[in-house]
Amino acid sequence: MPAASYAGTEVTVNDEGFFTDPGQWTEAMAPDIASREGITELTDRHWQVIKLMRHEYEAKGTGPTVRALGKTSGVSIKELYELFPKGPAKIAAKIAGIPKPRGCI
Amino acid sequence: MLGGGTGGTLLANRLRRELDRAAAEIIVVDADDEHVYQPGLLFVPFGLARPETLVRSRRQQLRAGVEFVCSAVEHADLENDTVLLADGTSLAYDVLVVATGARLVPEETEGLLGPGWLEKVFSFYSLDAAVPLRRALSRFDGGRLVVGVMDMPIKCPVAPLEFSFLADWYFRKRGLRDRVELTFVTPLDGAFTKATCNRELSGLLAAKGVSLVTEFNTGEVDGRGGRLVSYDGREVPFDLAVLVPLHGGQAYVDRSPGLGDELGFVPVDQHTLQAKAKPNVFVIGDAADVPASKAGSVAHFEGHTLATNICRYLAGEPLDAGFDGHTNCFIESGFGKALLIDFNYDTEPVTGRFPRRVGLPLLRESRLNHAGKLAFGWLYWHMLLPGRDIPAVPASMPVAGKHMADTARQSPASN
Repeated sequence: MPAASYAGTEVTVNDEGFFTDPGQWTEAMAPDIASREGITELTDRHWQVIKLMRHEYEAKGTGPTVRALGKTSGVSIKELYELFPKGPAKIAAKIAGIPKPRGCI
Repeated sequence: MLGGGTGGTLLANRLRRELDRAAAEIIVVDADDEHVYQPGLLFVPFGLARPETLVRSRRQQLRAGVEFVCSAVEHADLENDTVLLADGTSLAYDVLVVATGARLVPEETEGLLGPGWLEKVFSFYSLDAAVPLRRALSRFDGGRLVVGVMDMPIKCPVAPLEFSFLADWYFRKRGLRDRVELTFVTPLDGAFTKATCNRELSGLLAAKGVSLVTEFNTGEVDGRGGRLVSYDGREVPFDLAVLVPLHGGQAYVDRSPGLGDELGFVPVDQHTLQAKAKPNVFVIGDAADVPASKAGSVAHFEGHTLATNICRYLAGEPLDAGFDGHTNCFIESGFGKALLIDFNYDTEPVTGRFPRRVGLPLLRESRLNHAGKLAFGWLYWHMLLPGRDIPAVPASMPVAGKHMADTARQSPASN
């Protein structure tokens, strides 16, 4: 299992860089993960999404899709793409230290 | 039972056989009396199916002893075990089954129903759109044809791929293929949701000269300008767009406190199919939030578990966690051939034979599968809807003829 180091702490991630153990994540790691995804500053709007990702994961065992985020986060899909240009659900999940959201089948 | 489509009908019929008439009254509610054979919609635009042959009475698919009520649902009141109908009457229940499927919500995509709708922008997911598309295709004599999926989940996730394969066949047959540019646009990171058949189906798209655009989340359909615009600012130009609109649950689900999720689908235990909202609520088919395809085969296999579980629930016995996510889909690939895939929650579609060592070839084009797909129309009306088991096809996914070593569980995600 590949490892990554965020905020000075080593964590295990999968081949695509998603946390394999969300319990290893701390809020202090988020800016570090974000900057490696090209997001230089985490604003309150970013955090609103990141916290929802954590919450949804803990409640349902998977992070929400971008469409569900658009309906529940209070942030429109358009703005979600401005916040996380490379794909809101995927990148926000990575920054929130949860596995890649399960694709709908 | 709310909904007289594939799931509601087959479950009502199964239950009517299993439950004594004195023991249980079964009522099916639907907003209309038109049961559409949805697998047939794919063939309408290509002139391969006549629309009027796809529709039959819902009521007539139900066994004697099942009552049919023709009304829309206003909401379900789970706390009081009552359903309020649009006509103002209410129905009290001991067990509620949600079988109202998925609803197309094209209005949720900016511009989809705007200028150009039914002129340059079409769908084949409803008869209303598939019939005019047939005319538009027959007049199309060259240019860019784009097949696009707005976002998952959708009914029959292979259908837009099948449409692309059939479009290739259709324009070759008309001698126009070199003048038509075919593009398949998807929000997924590959042609399909499952890794193994993603490879096979991507290869098939390439072999047929269909370009593939992935991770494209359509934010706007510009019918006048002829382009799809993604949320991240990419564009795909078209002269004719065939789009699969966003799907959600039925509107009454949103109006029923505690029943649905943010998209209007109903959360259930994925093995017992009991709703998380309340023990006396069960869900069959596309209305459920299970991580399986929204497909008739799934409803058929679920029917087996659900009939058992509703009888057990009524008898006060523990439920059977028997549904394994079994899904079985024919994939029409044009020129009289089709592929077949068979999978469940834990197993990817693999190669081999179905349902046993002697059987239909899996994950590979063959004429036999095409014959299977056509025969399925008869099976649907005469075995599936009556709630019968299909000979040799078990409710749980069979492994006897499969090359199980191919299995590598990977789930591509939506972005």
